[in-house]
Amino acid sequence: MVDQKNQKIPIWRDERFWRIALQVLAVVIFVGIAALLIGNLNRNLAQQGNNLGFGFLKNEAGFSISETLISYKPKDPYSQVLLAGLVNSLRVMILGIIFTTIVGILAGIASFSENWLLRQLNRIYVEVVRNTPLLLQLFFWYFVVFFSLPKPENKIELLGSIFMSKRGIAIPWPANTVTVWLGLLVLGMGGVVAVFIWRWRNQLMTEKAQSGQPQLIALIMMAIVSILIIIFALGWQAPKALATGGTEGGLNLTLELSALLVGLVFYTGAFIAEIVRAGIQSVPKGQWEAAKSLGLKSGLVIRLVIFPQALRVMIPSLNSQYMNLAKNSSLAIAIGYPDLYAVSNTTYNQTGRPVEVFILIMAAYLSINLIISLSMNLLNKTVQIKER
Amino acid sequence: MIRWKSILVTTLLMVLPLTACETPAPTPPANSQAPSSPAATTSRLETVKSRGKLICGVDGGIPGFSYVDQDGKYSGIDVDVCRAVAAALFNDPNAVEYRNLDSTERFTALSSGEVDMLARNTTWTISRDTSVGLEFAPTTFYDGQGMMVRADSGIKTLKDLQGKSVCVESGTTSELNLTDNLRKQAVEAETVTFQQAEPAYAAYAEGRCDGITSDKSQLVARRSNLPNPEEHILLEVTMSKEPLGPVTINNDSAWFDAVKWVTYALIEGEELGITQANVDEMKTSTDPTIKRFLGIEGDLGKGMGLSNDFAYNVIKQVGNYGEVYDRNLGEKSQFKLPRGQNDLWTNGGLLYSPPFR
Repeated sequence: MVDQKNQKIPIWRDERFWRIALQVLAVVIFVGIAALLIGNLNRNLAQQGNNLGFGFLKNEAGFSISETLISYKPKDPYSQVLLAGLVNSLRVMILGIIFTTIVGILAGIASFSENWLLRQLNRIYVEVVRNTPLLLQLFFWYFVVFFSLPKPENKIELLGSIFMSKRGIAIPWPANTVTVWLGLLVLGMGGVVAVFIWRWRNQLMTEKAQSGQPQLIALIMMAIVSILIIIFALGWQAPKALATGGTEGGLNLTLELSALLVGLVFYTGAFIAEIVRAGIQSVPKGQWEAAKSLGLKSGLVIRLVIFPQALRVMIPSLNSQYMNLAKNSSLAIAIGYPDLYAVSNTTYNQTGRPVEVFILIMAAYLSINLIISLSMNLLNKTVQIKER
Repeated sequence: MIRWKSILVTTLLMVLPLTACETPAPTPPANSQAPSSPAATTSRLETVKSRGKLICGVDGGIPGFSYVDQDGKYSGIDVDVCRAVAAALFNDPNAVEYRNLDSTERFTALSSGEVDMLARNTTWTISRDTSVGLEFAPTTFYDGQGMMVRADSGIKTLKDLQGKSVCVESGTTSELNLTDNLRKQAVEAETVTFQQAEPAYAAYAEGRCDGITSDKSQLVARRSNLPNPEEHILLEVTMSKEPLGPVTINNDSAWFDAVKWVTYALIEGEELGITQANVDEMKTSTDPTIKRFLGIEGDLGKGMGLSNDFAYNVIKQVGNYGEVYDRNLGEKSQFKLPRGQNDLWTNGGLLYSPPFR
């Protein structure tokens, strides 16, 4: 008995004790700091005679915004204007992510081009854009590039259907009618069917050694039909110039939206170009040589052998670039685009409720970025090496 | 087993500090539940005094109101209000640190305590005074909202703005009044909102907008900075009343009183005919009103935590309201704005100070 008691290690040298104690300490510190901060906030708010609450969202907003995709009038409540801002933000983020991916991949591949001039131009683009502040670039696009467009009275006209002036860039766009939506539905279903036919054709060709000709002809027919649908059934509306200097019909992209979109696309694109370059370089040289020795052309080498392997390296870094783009879109306020942050700014300024509004902004950006992250992680899973 | 035990212990210990932190928490709010008693918390007045300088939130970009020149020197009527408060507190008009704030930052900066007061073209409205939680000191400039357009644009009234676009600074009363006025007249115009004034005026100058709206005095001041000032005109409309004045935070009446009565001292000084030049002779005046005002008799200053001769210091260092106005906006400035509503009540204006008694 005595021996056993002596052998018992003291508590401060017991690893099991420390494992628990450190966790408890961390929790105590965290809770303590949080309680201090929240208590401080409550005291300060009480001193000003304000209490936290979201009731103000039902009040009339009373200010107008320059563009919105959903219906919003100044007499609508704050919740509606915040929603309109959120939709405007999402518009920039979604379009931005699509276009920046295209720009980034093209620029990344261009860095492997055999053409010396293209390689150098690409290098200049990546280095200049990557190493200057985004806000500066947005001002450049807005005030220098897009403001060099003429005044509305003498707007530039391209092909009679595209108008460019300081009031915005008007392009033809499908009208919002039932037939258009039907056409889009048909196109979407056709796309799904085409994917299945393509897979079926590949299967027939690899497993049964068939030619795949009939399926190819079917696919070409489908392509022709969908091009016809796109051209004729979508009811494209060309914008018309008005006497007041504005335009009517079609889609008017304001200078604010265009500058923000172009700025974000080229800025993020430069980073993505480097990610693509790194991804491609991470594929061992042997893979290039092996693919070439099979007789594949260089386009096919990249598409079938190199790119799928490069994607495994690229997607995790792409994820953070997409999230950066989403967050950077809040710089819209500097050039007058009414995104979520811009309308929130006006909202908290008018209502005097910065804490509540900032909670809303944080929640919105957090959920958007978590959704981006989640979808990129799903994508990541599909491209990883499948171990059988 | 060990794991279960550790989880149990951890949760227990997690709850313990929570309750421990909760128990003392009600006491401080209990104090501040009655914020009307200024003794509960230290007044900003004491904070400023012990700091030895005033932190004043200004715009910094509007000539005549608050403008930073190339040497980093501030001038303008708003800046002079800050200097007057510093003179009253420290007998040194230069004991001020200025913070340039844009229109959306200003109230947050004030309520977070980053600045002691605002002298930043802020319009006194009921919602700002009540729900935003501010206190408005006496109006130092009565203004109205105007609209600036290009002289060759052919726009004469607000109705002509149908289908055009207007630039405006966000978070301002101008933004709201513009929407109201366009709604009232059923005019559909695009409003392009900028967080800061500089991009807004640049966008207007570049022709992105057909008009720009703000307080008239501000439009006049900003016009002087445009490339060709003579090409721009102000429409003959006044869209709103814009009483502009210094602002402090709610529920701190000691500090609010100090700022309020320093502002009144500028006006009262002009009414009593006390100027920077004659303030020393006035000290020997036999008029009891002037004696009280300058602190020779009574203890008006002590009662609110300032020195008795605070008004003397203000007039001596900064001048009276009339001098401040002339220097920044009136005859002696580049704008030569007539006094108009911003004259003493005895001259048909709106400036009126309650008695110093």
